Amino acid sequence: MVTVSSWGRLNSSEHKVRRLFDRHRIVQQLQGRQTGIAYGMGRSYGDVCLNPHGILWNTAQLDRFIHFDANTGRLTCEAGVLLSDIQQLAIPQGWALPVTPGTRFVTVGGAIANDVHGKNHHACGSFGNHIRRLKLIRTDGTVIDCGPNFRPDWFAATIGGFGLTGVIAEAEIQLKQADSSWLEVEVLPYDRLDDFFDLADSSHTDWEYSAAWIDCLSAKNTRGVFMRANPASAAVNQPPPRNRRLSIPFTPPLSLINRLTLPLFNSAYFHINKRRTGRHLAHYQNFFYPLDTVQGWNRLYGPSGFFQYQSVVPCRWAHDAITAMLAETARYGDGSFLAVLKTFGRISAAGIMSFPQEGVTLTLDFANRGSATQRLFKRLDAIVHAADGRLYLAKDARMPRDLFGSGYPRLAEFLRYRDPGISSALSRRLIGM
Amino acid sequence: MMQSPKKRIVIIGGNSTIAEHCARLWVSGSAVDLTLVVRDRLKAESIAADLRIRNPQSVIRVREAHFTEPSAIQAVADESVDQGGVDIVLIAHGALPNQALCQQNLSLAHEALTINGVSPALFAEAFAGHMIKAGRGTLAIIGSVAGDRGRKSNYVYGAAKGLLARYTQGLQHRLAATNVKVVLIKPGPTETPMTAQLNQQLAPVKDVARCIVDGIDRGKPIIYTPAKWRWIMAVVRHLPRFIFNSLNI
Ligand SMILES: Cc1cc2nc3c(=O)[nH]c(=O)nc-3n(C[C@H](O)[C@H](O)[C@H](O)COP(=O)(O)OP(=O)(O)OC[C@H]3O[C@@H](n4cnc5c(N)ncnc54)[C@H](O)[C@@H]3O)c2cc1C
Ligand SMILES: NC(=O)c1ccc[n+]([C@@H]2O[C@H](COP(=O)([O-])OP(=O)(O)OC[C@H]3O[C@@H](n4cnc5c(N)ncnc54)[C@H](OP(=O)(O)O)[C@@H]3O)[C@@H](O)[C@H]2O)c1
Repeated sequence: MVTVSSWGRLNSSEHKVRRLFDRHRIVQQLQGRQTGIAYGMGRSYGDVCLNPHGILWNTAQLDRFIHFDANTGRLTCEAGVLLSDIQQLAIPQGWALPVTPGTRFVTVGGAIANDVHGKNHHACGSFGNHIRRLKLIRTDGTVIDCGPNFRPDWFAATIGGFGLTGVIAEAEIQLKQADSSWLEVEVLPYDRLDDFFDLADSSHTDWEYSAAWIDCLSAKNTRGVFMRANPASAAVNQPPPRNRRLSIPFTPPLSLINRLTLPLFNSAYFHINKRRTGRHLAHYQNFFYPLDTVQGWNRLYGPSGFFQYQSVVPCRWAHDAITAMLAETARYGDGSFLAVLKTFGRISAAGIMSFPQEGVTLTLDFANRGSATQRLFKRLDAIVHAADGRLYLAKDARMPRDLFGSGYPRLAEFLRYRDPGISSALSRRLIGM
Repeated sequence: MMQSPKKRIVIIGGNSTIAEHCARLWVSGSAVDLTLVVRDRLKAESIAADLRIRNPQSVIRVREAHFTEPSAIQAVADESVDQGGVDIVLIAHGALPNQALCQQNLSLAHEALTINGVSPALFAEAFAGHMIKAGRGTLAIIGSVAGDRGRKSNYVYGAAKGLLARYTQGLQHRLAATNVKVVLIKPGPTETPMTAQLNQQLAPVKDVARCIVDGIDRGKPIIYTPAKWRWIMAVVRHLPRFIFNSLNI
């Protein structure tokens, strides 16, 4: 038994960890009477990758590249390969991941199972939109090869299927062309929520990447920093900047992010960025993965851990719903440092259970303060529900079943593809098995 | 411009996970000419494919061999000289036997002593001969912290690894006046298939490989990895027998 927790560190429980090593032997390794769940890097915040007292199939060492065609940008690899390894391999050869989340320390399998999104959803959709083929291994020994055009039903169930349809052994990804490791970035501070919506609208066609930080304590006049970027041209060819990598070596006894420190953090962050207003070049690592420079930052929230609350609401209700959620957060006081706003575009997701849908997504972090935090979530849930929105399973540790049901109306269809030998804390909490 | 010749590396037991991660570090540094000597070609081909993708300029060869037949071992070493000599040999194969079963079945004990002790020693001997003639190269052998002191739960394996410690010590003595370096690597418990059954804290294989590649680069005579094992084993080796024998380890 080994203690394992996810990124939110809300609890840590014993698991029977089985490391998967060899993609040719997964079938044998999955056999057994107890149910398990695949575990990549545990970068999900809640319980989607956990199975207390049960089996975890750790995929970290399923990490070989299988095939790469530098002419077409097609990469086939095992499911435990890290996105950081793909970027490192591909960018010097003129290719890059078409979609990447805010950390590069996640596996391909995890990125598929949560159908992760990046700052370019409006231009490129989510991770699953770029997968050409998957190999799925079921606990009964069946091996299912699927893709957008063959056995498409299995494909659509597995993309965003949070690990429940089988263990993904390998995947073929279509990378996108990248002339340089740099991006042309524009930073635009704003001080009204309306300005965010205007900026997002006007950036839609000419900017591939966009996202905004938001000061969630600034209630009425919501200030923030809007960032947008395009890949730089091949002419930009500077050596990568030397980043100092910090790390948080231990867990402080209390959350260091609290109602005393947060206004200071937020104000500092706003003013530092205000000084950077305008255009500049940024290396892809600094632009996509700013948090990766501080290893173990999740420990800052102390021993009780923290929640991330990420919702998406359709455009027609977005303004009102986000105003309401920010008002609740400001009233709660102990709000979020990493509050992010971003629009999702029209490209429809490849998975039946994928999180991204057209609209606006708001991400908020909260230290775990027990029942006070739960009461806040109830109020936020009501807003999301009323606005026909949904919460992101990769971040969830507590959503009520009715919100899950209304947010994911294709659940019944999805369950036909479920592998009965697989179960997670999240599946038992939300589906009951 | 003349291209500098590729560094030539041979890994004996090229399917080992620790060795695979060393190989990844080597190909990420520069293009190398790497031979994986293995008993099972099929498995090695997926490692070779991965390494070729990581560095398309590298040459990656797979060579099947018998690991316990002295003449086959000699042939592997001779062949690598015919191909132009070697800069680094990493002898990595090994298998963790079940101690209790070895006590009941001498063939199992024999097998374990052979594959973990005799076989790597013979590979080292065969390559050392060629390296002395060439007057260069680094010969690295993976032993184990288990070779530092025999204990009841694991002494068949430990004894074989202890054999390697003594063997490399002798080679180091013999080669002291040459430019050939002999390196003994002693990993602690590491996350690889070999330890799949162990339920304890294991070192990440990436860290272990990094330590090995750096140590080989510097020609360190003994590498403990992770480094803390140097101190832990110093204590274990020096524990008085009456205390040691009362421990259930
Ligand atoms: C700092 C930070 C920033 C982030 N930013 C973003 C962001 O911008 N956008 C976004 O979408 N997400 C973001 N995330 C969330 C993260 O991208 C997802 O949670 C991702 O799925 C984690 O991948 P993982 O490899 O750690 O998988 P895990 O968290 O270990 O597992 C996630 C799910 O994938 C399943 N799974 C893993 N491997 C396999 C496999 N081989 N076969 C089948 N199922 C498998 C698991 O069972 C589980 O259901 C962020 C997380 C962090 C910590
Ligand atoms: N992992 C640890 O905790 C640890 C600790 C201390 C020392 N070590 C040593 O580190 C070295 C590498 O091991 P690892 O951790 O990388 O484990 P591994 O991945 O299991 O590798 C062991 C390798 O040895 C090969 N092998 C085993 N028996 C063989 C035989 N009879 N003939 C030929 N080859 C044989 C295996 O080949 P196949 O793949 O073809 O089976 C395999 O490639 C070994 O010498 C081991 O003793 C490991």
